[in-house]
Amino acid sequence: MWIAYKTIITKEVLRFSRIWVQTIFPPIITTSLYLLIFGGLMGERIGQMQGIDYLQYIIPGIILMTVITNSYSNTVMSFFLAKFNHSIEEVLVSPVPYWVILLGYISGGVVRGFVVGVCVFITVSLFVKVEIDSIWITLITFLLTAILFSLAGFINAIFAKSFDDVTIVPTFVLMPMTYLGGMFYSIDILPQFWQDVSKFNPIYYMVDSFRLGFFGVSSSDFLTSVSVLVVITFALAIIAFYLLKRGVSIKT
Amino acid sequence: MQVALSIQGLQKTYANNTEALKSINLQVDEGDFFALLGGNGAGKTTAIGIVCGLLNKTAGNVCVLGLDQDTHGNDIKRLIGLMPQEFNFDPFEPIEEILINQAGYHGISRSASRAQAEILLKRMQLWDKRFDIAKSLSGGMKRRLMLARALIHQPKILILDEPTAGVDVKIRHSIWAYLKEINRDGMTIILTTHYLEEAESLCRNIAILNEGEVVEQTSMKKLLSKVTHQIIILESTSTLPEYIKEDGFECERLDDYSLQVVLGSDINITDVLQNLAKQNVSVDHVRSAQNRLETLFLHLTQKQQSEQS
Repeated sequence: MWIAYKTIITKEVLRFSRIWVQTIFPPIITTSLYLLIFGGLMGERIGQMQGIDYLQYIIPGIILMTVITNSYSNTVMSFFLAKFNHSIEEVLVSPVPYWVILLGYISGGVVRGFVVGVCVFITVSLFVKVEIDSIWITLITFLLTAILFSLAGFINAIFAKSFDDVTIVPTFVLMPMTYLGGMFYSIDILPQFWQDVSKFNPIYYMVDSFRLGFFGVSSSDFLTSVSVLVVITFALAIIAFYLLKRGVSIKT
Repeated sequence: MQVALSIQGLQKTYANNTEALKSINLQVDEGDFFALLGGNGAGKTTAIGIVCGLLNKTAGNVCVLGLDQDTHGNDIKRLIGLMPQEFNFDPFEPIEEILINQAGYHGISRSASRAQAEILLKRMQLWDKRFDIAKSLSGGMKRRLMLARALIHQPKILILDEPTAGVDVKIRHSIWAYLKEINRDGMTIILTTHYLEEAESLCRNIAILNEGEVVEQTSMKKLLSKVTHQIIILESTSTLPEYIKEDGFECERLDDYSLQVVLGSDINITDVLQNLAKQNVSVDHVRSAQNRLETLFLHLTQKQQSEQS
Protein backbone atom coordinates (compact mmCIF):
# COMPACT_ATOMS: atom_id res chain seq x y z
CA MET A 1 0.00 0.00 0.00
CA TRP A 2 2.89 2.34 0.81
CA ILE A 3 4.41 1.75 -2.66
CA ALA A 4 1.06 2.36 -4.34
CA TYR A 5 0.60 5.58 -2.34
CA LYS A 6 4.14 6.69 -3.19
CA THR A 7 3.48 5.95 -6.87
CA ILE A 8 0.31 8.09 -6.95
CA ILE A 9 1.87 11.03 -5.14
CA THR A 10 5.10 10.88 -7.20
CA LYS A 11 3.03 10.88 -10.38
CA GLU A 12 1.00 13.84 -9.09
CA VAL A 13 4.07 15.88 -8.15
CA LEU A 14 5.76 15.11 -11.48
CA ARG A 15 2.58 16.11 -13.31
CA PHE A 16 2.36 19.61 -11.84
CA SER A 17 6.15 20.06 -11.90
CA ARG A 18 6.30 19.27 -15.62
CA ILE A 19 3.89 22.12 -16.29
CA TRP A 20 5.37 24.57 -13.75
CA VAL A 21 4.75 27.48 -16.11
CA GLN A 22 1.02 26.83 -15.75
CA THR A 23 0.97 25.71 -12.11
CA ILE A 24 3.67 27.46 -10.08
CA PHE A 25 4.63 30.60 -11.97
CA PRO A 26 1.19 32.34 -12.39
CA PRO A 27 0.49 32.65 -8.61
CA ILE A 28 3.82 34.45 -8.20
CA ILE A 29 2.82 37.01 -10.83
CA THR A 30 -0.68 37.39 -9.36
CA THR A 31 0.74 37.85 -5.86
CA SER A 32 3.12 40.56 -7.02
CA LEU A 33 0.20 42.40 -8.66
CA TYR A 34 -1.97 42.11 -5.54
CA LEU A 35 0.83 43.50 -3.41
CA LEU A 36 1.48 46.32 -5.84
CA ILE A 37 -2.15 47.37 -6.31
CA PHE A 38 -3.92 46.54 -3.04
CA GLY A 39 -0.96 46.85 -0.71
CA GLY A 40 1.29 49.42 -2.30
CA LEU A 41 -1.07 51.83 -4.09
CA MET A 42 -4.30 51.49 -2.05
CA GLY A 43 -2.78 50.32 1.23
CA GLU A 44 -1.33 53.72 2.13
CA ARG A 45 -4.82 55.26 1.97
CA ILE A 46 -6.37 52.47 4.04
CA GLY A 47 -3.73 52.72 6.75
CA GLN A 48 -4.03 49.99 9.35
CA MET A 49 -6.40 47.10 9.99
CA GLN A 50 -6.58 45.38 13.38
CA GLY A 51 -3.52 47.47 14.26
CA ILE A 52 -1.41 46.13 11.39
CA ASP A 53 -0.20 47.99 8.27
CA TYR A 54 -2.54 47.09 5.42
CA LEU A 55 0.30 45.94 3.16
CA GLN A 56 1.29 43.37 5.77
CA TYR A 57 -2.30 42.63 6.76
CA ILE A 58 -3.23 41.20 3.38
CA ILE A 59 -0.20 38.87 3.14
CA PRO A 60 -1.73 35.85 4.96
CA GLY A 61 -4.87 36.22 2.84
CA ILE A 62 -2.91 36.31 -0.40
CA ILE A 63 -0.85 33.24 0.54
CA LEU A 64 -3.92 31.34 1.67
CA MET A 65 -5.79 32.25 -1.50
CA THR A 66 -3.06 30.65 -3.60
CA VAL A 67 -3.09 27.57 -1.35
CA ILE A 68 -6.88 27.27 -1.75
CA THR A 69 -6.81 27.76 -5.52
CA ASN A 70 -3.88 25.43 -6.16
CA SER A 71 -4.95 22.61 -3.86
CA TYR A 72 -8.41 22.67 -5.40
CA SER A 73 -7.31 22.94 -9.01
CA ASN A 74 -4.65 20.24 -8.64
CA THR A 75 -7.05 17.52 -7.55
CA VAL A 76 -9.96 18.61 -9.71
CA MET A 77 -7.82 18.79 -12.86
CA SER A 78 -5.72 15.72 -12.18
CA PHE A 79 -8.62 13.42 -11.32
CA PHE A 80 -10.84 14.79 -14.07
CA LEU A 81 -8.08 14.29 -16.67
CA ALA A 82 -7.49 10.76 -15.38
CA LYS A 83 -11.22 10.13 -15.94
CA PHE A 84 -11.18 11.91 -19.28
CA ASN A 85 -8.24 9.97 -20.78
CA HIS A 86 -9.28 6.78 -18.90
CA SER A 87 -5.89 6.53 -17.17
CA ILE A 88 -7.79 6.20 -13.89
CA GLU A 89 -8.38 2.61 -15.07
CA GLU A 90 -4.69 1.91 -14.42
CA VAL A 91 -5.40 2.40 -10.72
CA LEU A 92 -8.84 0.80 -10.73
CA VAL A 93 -7.58 -2.52 -12.17
CA SER A 94 -4.84 -2.60 -9.52
CA PRO A 95 -5.22 -3.77 -5.91
CA VAL A 96 -5.05 -0.25 -4.51
CA PRO A 97 -7.56 0.35 -1.69
CA TYR A 98 -9.89 3.26 -2.33
CA TRP A 99 -8.64 5.16 0.69
CA VAL A 100 -5.10 5.00 -0.71
CA ILE A 101 -6.29 6.39 -4.06
CA LEU A 102 -8.05 9.23 -2.24
CA LEU A 103 -5.06 9.87 0.02
CA GLY A 104 -2.72 9.93 -2.98
CA TYR A 105 -4.71 12.53 -4.87
CA ILE A 106 -5.30 14.66 -1.76
CA SER A 107 -1.59 14.54 -0.93
CA GLY A 108 -0.83 15.74 -4.46
CA GLY A 109 -3.10 18.75 -3.87
CA VAL A 110 -1.52 19.46 -0.48
CA VAL A 111 2.02 19.27 -1.91
CA ARG A 112 1.13 21.68 -4.72
CA GLY A 113 -0.54 24.01 -2.23
CA PHE A 114 2.59 23.89 -0.08
CA VAL A 115 5.03 24.43 -2.98
CA VAL A 116 3.05 27.34 -4.40
CA GLY A 117 2.45 28.75 -0.90
CA VAL A 118 6.19 28.72 -0.18
CA CYS A 119 6.97 30.33 -3.56
CA VAL A 120 4.43 33.08 -2.86
CA PHE A 121 5.81 33.55 0.65
CA ILE A 122 9.32 34.01 -0.78
CA THR A 123 7.98 36.49 -3.37
CA VAL A 124 6.12 38.42 -0.68
CA SER A 125 9.28 38.54 1.46
CA LEU A 126 11.00 40.43 -1.35
CA PHE A 127 8.47 43.26 -1.00
CA VAL A 128 7.64 43.29 2.72
CA LYS A 129 9.34 42.16 5.90
CA VAL A 130 7.29 39.15 7.04
CA GLU A 131 7.49 37.59 10.49
CA ILE A 132 5.50 34.59 11.68
CA ASP A 133 4.15 34.76 15.22
CA SER A 134 3.34 31.03 15.55
CA ILE A 135 4.67 28.56 13.00
CA TRP A 136 2.43 25.78 14.38
CA ILE A 137 -0.82 27.72 14.03
CA THR A 138 0.28 28.73 10.52
CA LEU A 139 1.15 25.15 9.52
CA ILE A 140 -1.98 23.60 11.04
CA THR A 141 -4.17 26.15 9.25
CA PHE A 142 -2.31 25.64 5.98
CA LEU A 143 -2.65 21.85 6.24
CA LEU A 144 -6.37 21.91 7.06
CA THR A 145 -7.03 24.41 4.27
CA ALA A 146 -5.08 22.41 1.67
CA ILE A 147 -6.72 19.10 2.68
CA LEU A 148 -10.21 20.60 2.75
CA PHE A 149 -9.92 22.18 -0.69
CA SER A 150 -8.17 19.17 -2.21
CA LEU A 151 -11.12 17.07 -1.04
CA ALA A 152 -13.58 19.60 -2.46
CA GLY A 153 -11.70 19.51 -5.79
CA PHE A 154 -11.79 15.72 -5.79
CA ILE A 155 -15.57 15.67 -5.29
CA ASN A 156 -15.96 18.25 -8.08
CA ALA A 157 -13.86 16.03 -10.38
CA ILE A 158 -15.98 12.97 -9.62
CA PHE A 159 -19.14 14.73 -10.78
CA ALA A 160 -17.53 16.70 -13.63
CA LYS A 161 -18.51 15.50 -17.09
CA SER A 162 -16.83 18.26 -19.10
CA PHE A 163 -14.12 20.89 -18.74
CA ASP A 164 -16.89 23.44 -18.08
CA ASP A 165 -17.88 21.52 -14.95
CA VAL A 166 -14.30 21.77 -13.72
CA THR A 167 -14.20 25.56 -14.04
CA ILE A 168 -17.74 26.44 -12.92
CA VAL A 169 -17.21 25.75 -9.21
CA PRO A 170 -13.92 27.69 -8.85
CA THR A 171 -15.36 30.67 -10.73
CA PHE A 172 -18.84 30.88 -9.29
CA VAL A 173 -18.41 29.35 -5.83
CA LEU A 174 -14.78 29.33 -4.75
CA MET A 175 -13.80 32.82 -5.87
CA PRO A 176 -16.76 34.65 -4.23
CA MET A 177 -16.27 32.60 -1.04
CA THR A 178 -12.59 33.51 -1.00
CA TYR A 179 -13.12 37.23 -1.50
CA LEU A 180 -16.02 37.37 0.99
CA GLY A 181 -14.16 35.36 3.61
CA GLY A 182 -12.13 38.31 4.88
CA MET A 183 -9.18 37.75 2.61
CA PHE A 184 -8.46 41.49 2.29
CA TYR A 185 -10.29 42.84 5.33
CA SER A 186 -11.33 42.04 8.86
CA ILE A 187 -14.98 41.06 9.11
CA ASP A 188 -15.14 43.31 12.18
CA ILE A 189 -15.57 46.28 9.82
CA LEU A 190 -18.75 44.78 8.33
CA PRO A 191 -22.30 45.46 9.59
CA GLN A 192 -23.44 42.85 12.16
CA PHE A 193 -25.65 41.01 9.63
CA TRP A 194 -22.77 40.45 7.21
CA GLN A 195 -20.48 39.48 10.07
CA ASP A 196 -22.96 36.73 10.98
CA VAL A 197 -23.22 35.64 7.33
CA SER A 198 -19.42 35.49 7.04
CA LYS A 199 -19.32 33.00 9.91
CA PHE A 200 -20.99 30.43 7.63
CA ASN A 201 -18.08 30.72 5.22
CA PRO A 202 -15.29 28.25 6.12
CA ILE A 203 -12.72 30.47 4.41
CA TYR A 204 -13.30 33.08 7.10
CA TYR A 205 -12.01 30.63 9.75
CA MET A 206 -9.00 29.73 7.62
CA VAL A 207 -7.96 33.32 6.98
CA ASP A 208 -8.60 34.30 10.56
CA SER A 209 -6.44 31.46 11.92
CA PHE A 210 -3.73 32.03 9.34
CA ARG A 211 -3.61 35.69 10.33
CA LEU A 212 -3.40 34.59 13.96
CA GLY A 213 -0.37 32.48 13.02
CA PHE A 214 1.28 35.44 11.30
CA PHE A 215 0.41 38.37 13.58
CA GLY A 216 -1.09 36.88 16.75
CA VAL A 217 -4.39 38.73 16.21
CA SER A 218 -7.72 37.25 15.16
CA SER A 219 -11.46 37.89 15.20
CA SER A 220 -12.44 34.47 16.56
CA ASP A 221 -11.05 31.80 18.84
CA PHE A 222 -8.43 29.48 17.24
CA LEU A 223 -9.99 26.33 18.73
CA THR A 224 -13.38 27.23 17.25
CA SER A 225 -11.79 27.83 13.84
CA VAL A 226 -9.87 24.53 13.90
CA SER A 227 -12.98 22.63 15.06
CA VAL A 228 -15.04 24.06 12.19
CA LEU A 229 -12.34 23.16 9.65
CA VAL A 230 -11.81 19.64 11.06
CA VAL A 231 -15.56 18.89 10.97
CA ILE A 232 -15.89 20.11 7.35
CA THR A 233 -12.73 18.25 6.27
CA PHE A 234 -13.94 15.06 7.91
CA ALA A 235 -17.36 15.37 6.24
CA LEU A 236 -15.82 15.96 2.82
CA ALA A 237 -13.44 13.01 3.30
CA ILE A 238 -16.38 10.69 4.04
CA ILE A 239 -18.32 11.95 1.01
CA ALA A 240 -15.29 11.65 -1.33
CA PHE A 241 -14.49 8.13 -0.10
CA TYR A 242 -18.12 7.02 -0.47
CA LEU A 243 -18.37 8.39 -4.02
CA LEU A 244 -15.07 6.79 -5.03
CA LYS A 245 -15.96 3.42 -3.52
CA ARG A 246 -19.35 3.44 -5.19
CA GLY A 247 -17.62 4.32 -8.45
CA VAL A 248 -19.97 7.24 -9.09
CA SER A 249 -19.41 8.42 -12.68
CA ILE A 250 -16.41 6.09 -12.92
CA LYS A 251 -17.67 2.52 -12.69
CA THR A 252 -21.31 2.92 -13.64
CA MET B 1 -7.64 -28.52 -13.51
CA GLN B 2 -8.66 -25.41 -11.58
CA VAL B 3 -11.22 -23.02 -12.98
CA ALA B 4 -9.51 -19.73 -13.83
CA LEU B 5 -12.67 -17.71 -14.33
CA SER B 6 -16.22 -18.57 -13.41
CA ILE B 7 -19.09 -16.23 -14.18
CA GLN B 8 -22.56 -17.07 -12.93
CA GLY B 9 -25.74 -15.17 -13.78
CA LEU B 10 -23.83 -11.97 -14.52
CA GLN B 11 -26.09 -9.04 -15.35
CA LYS B 12 -25.34 -5.45 -16.16
CA THR B 13 -27.86 -2.72 -16.79
CA TYR B 14 -26.42 0.73 -17.39
CA ALA B 15 -27.92 3.92 -15.93
CA ASN B 16 -29.65 4.62 -19.27
CA ASN B 17 -31.43 1.23 -18.89
CA THR B 18 -29.34 -0.49 -21.58
CA GLU B 19 -29.21 -4.16 -20.68
CA ALA B 20 -25.63 -5.00 -21.66
CA LEU B 21 -25.51 -8.46 -20.05
CA LYS B 22 -28.55 -10.67 -19.53
CA SER B 23 -27.48 -13.20 -16.91
CA ILE B 24 -24.51 -14.81 -18.62
CA ASN B 25 -22.65 -17.91 -17.45
CA LEU B 26 -19.06 -18.59 -18.51
CA GLN B 27 -16.27 -20.84 -17.43
CA VAL B 28 -12.60 -20.63 -18.42
CA ASP B 29 -10.16 -23.30 -17.25
CA GLU B 30 -6.70 -22.51 -15.97
CA GLY B 31 -4.12 -22.50 -18.76
CA ASP B 32 -6.75 -22.11 -21.46
CA PHE B 33 -6.53 -19.80 -24.45
CA PHE B 34 -10.13 -18.67 -24.57
CA ALA B 35 -11.90 -16.58 -27.20
CA LEU B 36 -14.82 -14.36 -26.29
CA LEU B 37 -16.42 -13.31 -29.54
CA GLY B 38 -19.32 -11.07 -30.35
CA GLY B 39 -20.30 -8.16 -32.53
CA ASN B 40 -20.22 -4.54 -31.48
CA GLY B 41 -22.38 -4.05 -28.40
CA ALA B 42 -22.58 -7.78 -27.66
CA GLY B 43 -21.37 -7.22 -24.09
CA LYS B 44 -17.76 -8.45 -24.29
CA THR B 45 -16.13 -5.27 -22.98
CA THR B 46 -18.78 -4.94 -20.28
CA ALA B 47 -18.12 -8.50 -19.07
CA ILE B 48 -14.37 -7.87 -19.07
CA GLY B 49 -14.85 -4.54 -17.29
CA ILE B 50 -16.78 -6.22 -14.49
CA VAL B 51 -14.23 -9.03 -14.09
CA CYS B 52 -11.37 -6.49 -13.88
CA GLY B 53 -13.15 -4.17 -11.44
CA LEU B 54 -13.72 -1.33 -13.88
CA LEU B 55 -17.50 -1.61 -13.79
CA ASN B 56 -20.05 -2.41 -11.12
CA LYS B 57 -22.24 -5.41 -11.86
CA THR B 58 -26.01 -5.35 -11.50
CA ALA B 59 -26.25 -8.98 -10.36
CA GLY B 60 -24.42 -12.27 -10.53
CA ASN B 61 -21.20 -13.76 -9.32
CA VAL B 62 -17.60 -13.66 -10.53
CA CYS B 63 -14.91 -16.03 -9.23
CA VAL B 64 -11.26 -15.95 -10.26
CA LEU B 65 -9.08 -18.95 -9.38
CA GLY B 66 -11.51 -19.83 -6.60
CA LEU B 67 -11.69 -16.31 -5.16
CA ASP B 68 -15.05 -14.56 -4.98
CA GLN B 69 -14.93 -11.02 -6.36
CA ASP B 70 -17.36 -9.75 -3.72
CA THR B 71 -15.02 -10.71 -0.88
CA HIS B 72 -11.58 -10.81 -2.54
CA GLY B 73 -11.78 -7.98 -5.08
CA ASN B 74 -8.21 -6.75 -4.58
CA ASP B 75 -6.73 -10.29 -4.47
CA ILE B 76 -8.38 -10.94 -7.84
CA LYS B 77 -6.89 -7.75 -9.29
CA ARG B 78 -3.41 -9.09 -8.46
CA LEU B 79 -4.12 -12.17 -10.61
CA ILE B 80 -5.38 -10.38 -13.70
CA GLY B 81 -3.62 -8.33 -16.34
CA LEU B 82 -5.86 -6.32 -18.65
CA MET B 83 -5.11 -4.94 -22.05
CA PRO B 84 -8.18 -2.83 -22.83
CA GLN B 85 -9.65 -1.93 -26.17
CA GLU B 86 -9.28 1.86 -25.76
CA PHE B 87 -5.97 3.57 -25.05
CA ASN B 88 -6.08 4.36 -21.36
CA PHE B 89 -2.80 5.88 -20.32
CA ASP B 90 -1.63 9.39 -19.63
CA PRO B 91 -0.50 10.50 -23.11
CA PHE B 92 2.16 12.81 -21.66
CA GLU B 93 3.87 10.18 -19.54
CA PRO B 94 7.09 8.49 -20.76
CA ILE B 95 6.40 4.86 -21.62
CA GLU B 96 8.85 3.33 -19.17
CA GLU B 97 7.20 5.39 -16.42
CA ILE B 98 3.79 4.02 -17.44
CA LEU B 99 5.03 0.49 -16.82
CA ILE B 100 6.85 1.31 -13.60
CA ASN B 101 3.85 3.20 -12.23
CA GLN B 102 1.55 0.29 -13.07
CA ALA B 103 3.89 -2.01 -11.16
CA GLY B 104 3.85 0.51 -8.31
CA TYR B 105 0.05 0.30 -8.10
CA HIS B 106 0.55 -3.44 -7.64
CA GLY B 107 2.98 -2.81 -4.79
CA ILE B 108 6.16 -3.57 -6.77
CA SER B 109 9.04 -1.20 -6.05
CA ARG B 110 10.60 0.90 -8.81
CA SER B 111 13.91 -0.96 -8.63
CA ALA B 112 12.20 -4.36 -8.90
CA SER B 113 9.92 -3.32 -11.75
CA ARG B 114 12.66 -1.71 -13.84
CA ALA B 115 14.12 -5.11 -14.85
CA GLN B 116 10.70 -6.52 -15.79
CA ALA B 117 9.90 -3.33 -17.73
CA GLU B 118 13.13 -3.72 -19.69
CA ILE B 119 12.33 -7.35 -20.61
CA LEU B 120 8.82 -6.46 -21.74
CA LEU B 121 9.75 -3.30 -23.63
CA LYS B 122 12.50 -5.15 -25.48
CA ARG B 123 10.09 -7.97 -26.30
CA MET B 124 7.53 -5.47 -27.60
CA GLN B 125 10.24 -3.68 -29.60
CA LEU B 126 9.68 -0.48 -27.62
CA TRP B 127 12.93 -0.30 -25.68
CA ASP B 128 14.39 2.43 -27.89
CA LYS B 129 11.28 4.52 -27.24
CA ARG B 130 11.30 4.12 -23.46
CA PHE B 131 11.88 7.83 -22.74
CA ASP B 132 9.32 9.02 -25.31
CA ILE B 133 5.90 10.15 -24.17
CA ALA B 134 3.05 7.78 -25.01
CA LYS B 135 1.40 10.39 -27.23
CA SER B 136 4.27 10.17 -29.71
CA LEU B 137 3.80 6.43 -30.36
CA SER B 138 1.99 4.98 -33.37
CA GLY B 139 -1.30 3.09 -32.88
CA GLY B 140 0.42 -0.29 -33.05
CA MET B 141 3.10 0.79 -30.58
CA LYS B 142 0.43 2.01 -28.16
CA ARG B 143 -1.22 -1.44 -28.31
CA ARG B 144 2.11 -3.13 -27.57
CA LEU B 145 2.68 -0.71 -24.71
CA MET B 146 -0.67 -1.71 -23.22
CA LEU B 147 0.23 -5.39 -23.59
CA ALA B 148 3.52 -4.80 -21.79
CA ARG B 149 1.71 -2.87 -19.07
CA ALA B 150 -0.80 -5.71 -18.61
CA LEU B 151 2.09 -8.11 -18.00
CA ILE B 152 4.29 -5.94 -15.75
CA HIS B 153 3.01 -7.52 -12.51
CA GLN B 154 3.24 -11.05 -13.97
CA PRO B 155 -0.44 -11.97 -13.70
CA LYS B 156 -1.85 -15.48 -13.91
CA ILE B 157 -4.69 -14.46 -16.22
CA LEU B 158 -4.28 -12.13 -19.16
CA ILE B 159 -7.37 -10.51 -20.62
CA LEU B 160 -6.97 -9.00 -24.07
CA ASP B 161 -9.67 -6.81 -25.53
CA GLU B 162 -8.95 -6.45 -29.27
CA PRO B 163 -5.17 -6.76 -28.83
CA THR B 164 -4.13 -6.48 -32.46
CA ALA B 165 -6.54 -3.83 -33.74
CA GLY B 166 -4.55 -1.39 -35.86
CA VAL B 167 -1.37 -3.46 -35.67
CA ASP B 168 0.45 -4.32 -38.91
CA VAL B 169 0.67 -7.93 -40.09
CA LYS B 170 4.31 -8.47 -39.08
CA ILE B 171 3.84 -7.15 -35.55
CA ARG B 172 0.52 -8.98 -35.26
CA HIS B 173 2.22 -12.28 -35.96
CA SER B 174 4.98 -11.52 -33.47
CA ILE B 175 2.33 -10.72 -30.83
CA TRP B 176 0.55 -14.01 -31.63
CA ALA B 177 3.82 -15.89 -31.22
CA TYR B 178 4.44 -14.19 -27.88
CA LEU B 179 0.92 -14.93 -26.65
CA LYS B 180 1.29 -18.60 -27.64
CA GLU B 181 4.58 -18.73 -25.77
CA ILE B 182 3.25 -17.28 -22.50
CA ASN B 183 0.17 -19.50 -22.78
CA ARG B 184 2.44 -22.55 -23.14
CA ASP B 185 4.20 -21.37 -19.97
CA GLY B 186 0.88 -21.62 -18.13
CA MET B 187 -0.77 -18.23 -18.39
CA THR B 188 -4.53 -18.29 -18.96
CA ILE B 189 -5.47 -15.97 -21.80
CA ILE B 190 -8.91 -14.61 -22.55
CA LEU B 191 -9.16 -12.86 -25.87
CA THR B 192 -11.78 -10.80 -27.60
CA THR B 193 -11.15 -9.93 -31.20
CA HIS B 194 -12.83 -8.90 -34.40
CA TYR B 195 -10.25 -10.88 -36.38
CA LEU B 196 -11.89 -14.29 -36.34
CA GLU B 197 -8.88 -15.97 -37.91
CA GLU B 198 -6.96 -14.70 -34.87
CA ALA B 199 -9.33 -16.52 -32.54
CA GLU B 200 -9.27 -19.62 -34.74
CA SER B 201 -5.51 -19.84 -34.84
CA LEU B 202 -4.87 -19.03 -31.17
CA CYS B 203 -7.77 -20.24 -29.04
CA ARG B 204 -8.75 -23.70 -27.83
CA ASN B 205 -12.14 -22.80 -26.40
CA ILE B 206 -14.68 -20.21 -27.36
CA ALA B 207 -17.81 -18.43 -26.25
CA ILE B 208 -19.95 -16.30 -28.51
CA LEU B 209 -21.87 -13.40 -27.03
CA ASN B 210 -24.76 -11.78 -28.82
CA GLU B 211 -26.87 -8.96 -27.43
CA GLY B 212 -25.79 -9.69 -23.88
CA GLU B 213 -26.34 -13.45 -24.02
CA VAL B 214 -23.99 -16.39 -24.49
CA VAL B 215 -25.21 -18.14 -27.62
CA GLU B 216 -22.46 -20.76 -27.74
CA GLN B 217 -19.69 -22.01 -25.47
CA THR B 218 -17.64 -24.95 -26.61
CA SER B 219 -14.21 -26.00 -27.83
CA MET B 220 -12.92 -24.51 -31.06
CA LYS B 221 -12.65 -28.00 -32.58
CA LYS B 222 -16.26 -28.88 -31.82
CA LEU B 223 -17.49 -25.55 -33.09
CA LEU B 224 -15.58 -25.81 -36.36
CA SER B 225 -16.84 -29.35 -36.89
CA LYS B 226 -20.31 -27.82 -37.11
CA VAL B 227 -19.35 -26.08 -40.32
CA THR B 228 -21.72 -27.66 -42.84
CA HIS B 229 -20.71 -25.63 -45.82
CA GLN B 230 -17.78 -23.58 -46.96
CA ILE B 231 -17.59 -20.86 -49.56
CA ILE B 232 -14.55 -20.81 -51.86
CA ILE B 233 -13.51 -18.66 -54.78
CA LEU B 234 -12.02 -20.32 -57.87
CA GLU B 235 -9.99 -18.12 -60.18
CA SER B 236 -8.99 -18.79 -63.75
CA THR B 237 -6.62 -17.01 -66.12
CA SER B 238 -8.89 -17.87 -69.07
CA THR B 239 -12.42 -16.59 -69.51
CA LEU B 240 -15.05 -18.72 -67.79
CA PRO B 241 -17.98 -20.09 -69.85
CA GLU B 242 -21.30 -18.26 -69.51
CA TYR B 243 -23.05 -21.39 -68.22
CA ILE B 244 -21.57 -23.85 -65.74
CA LYS B 245 -23.47 -26.98 -64.85
CA GLU B 246 -23.89 -27.43 -61.08
CA ASP B 247 -23.42 -31.07 -60.20
CA GLY B 248 -23.67 -31.60 -56.44
CA PHE B 249 -22.52 -28.10 -55.64
CA GLU B 250 -23.78 -24.54 -55.96
CA CYS B 251 -21.83 -21.98 -57.90
CA GLU B 252 -22.11 -18.38 -58.96
CA ARG B 253 -20.10 -16.65 -61.67
CA LEU B 254 -18.71 -13.48 -60.05
CA ASP B 255 -17.02 -12.13 -63.19
CA ASP B 256 -15.32 -13.48 -66.35
CA TYR B 257 -12.47 -15.00 -64.35
CA SER B 258 -13.84 -15.95 -60.93
CA LEU B 259 -16.43 -18.32 -59.62
CA GLN B 260 -17.92 -18.62 -56.14
CA VAL B 261 -18.63 -22.21 -55.07
CA VAL B 262 -20.54 -23.38 -51.97
CA LEU B 263 -19.20 -26.71 -50.75
CA GLY B 264 -21.58 -28.86 -48.77
CA SER B 265 -20.51 -31.58 -46.32
CA ASP B 266 -21.10 -34.29 -48.98
CA ILE B 267 -18.76 -32.86 -51.62
CA ASN B 268 -15.09 -31.94 -51.47
CA ILE B 269 -12.93 -29.60 -53.48
CA THR B 270 -11.40 -32.41 -55.60
CA ASP B 271 -14.85 -33.44 -56.84
CA VAL B 272 -15.66 -29.86 -57.77
CA LEU B 273 -12.37 -29.36 -59.63
CA GLN B 274 -12.81 -32.66 -61.52
CA ASN B 275 -16.35 -31.68 -62.41
CA LEU B 276 -15.25 -28.28 -63.70
CA ALA B 277 -12.38 -29.85 -65.68
CA LYS B 278 -14.96 -31.97 -67.50
CA GLN B 279 -16.65 -28.70 -68.51
CA ASN B 280 -13.29 -27.37 -69.79
CA VAL B 281 -12.99 -24.91 -66.91
CA SER B 282 -9.38 -24.60 -65.83
CA VAL B 283 -8.81 -23.39 -62.27
CA ASP B 284 -5.51 -21.68 -61.51
CA HIS B 285 -6.13 -20.44 -58.00
CA VAL B 286 -8.37 -21.44 -55.06
CA ARG B 287 -9.06 -19.31 -52.00
CA SER B 288 -11.54 -19.31 -49.15
CA ALA B 289 -14.21 -16.63 -49.44
CA GLN B 290 -14.97 -16.64 -45.75
CA ASN B 291 -13.18 -17.81 -42.65
CA ARG B 292 -14.80 -20.97 -41.27
CA LEU B 293 -15.32 -19.42 -37.87
CA GLU B 294 -16.77 -16.32 -39.48
CA THR B 295 -19.36 -18.48 -41.23
CA LEU B 296 -20.41 -20.04 -37.92
CA PHE B 297 -20.30 -16.77 -36.05
CA LEU B 298 -22.66 -15.12 -38.51
CA HIS B 299 -24.89 -18.18 -38.52
CA LEU B 300 -25.18 -18.30 -34.72
CA THR B 301 -25.72 -14.58 -34.17
CA GLN B 302 -28.17 -14.23 -37.06
CA LYS B 303 -30.06 -17.32 -35.91
CA GLN B 304 -30.59 -15.78 -32.48
CA GLN B 305 -31.72 -12.50 -33.98
CA SER B 306 -34.26 -14.18 -36.24
CA GLU B 307 -35.54 -16.29 -33.30
CA GLN B 308 -36.05 -13.12 -31.27
CA SER B 309 -37.85 -11.32 -34.07
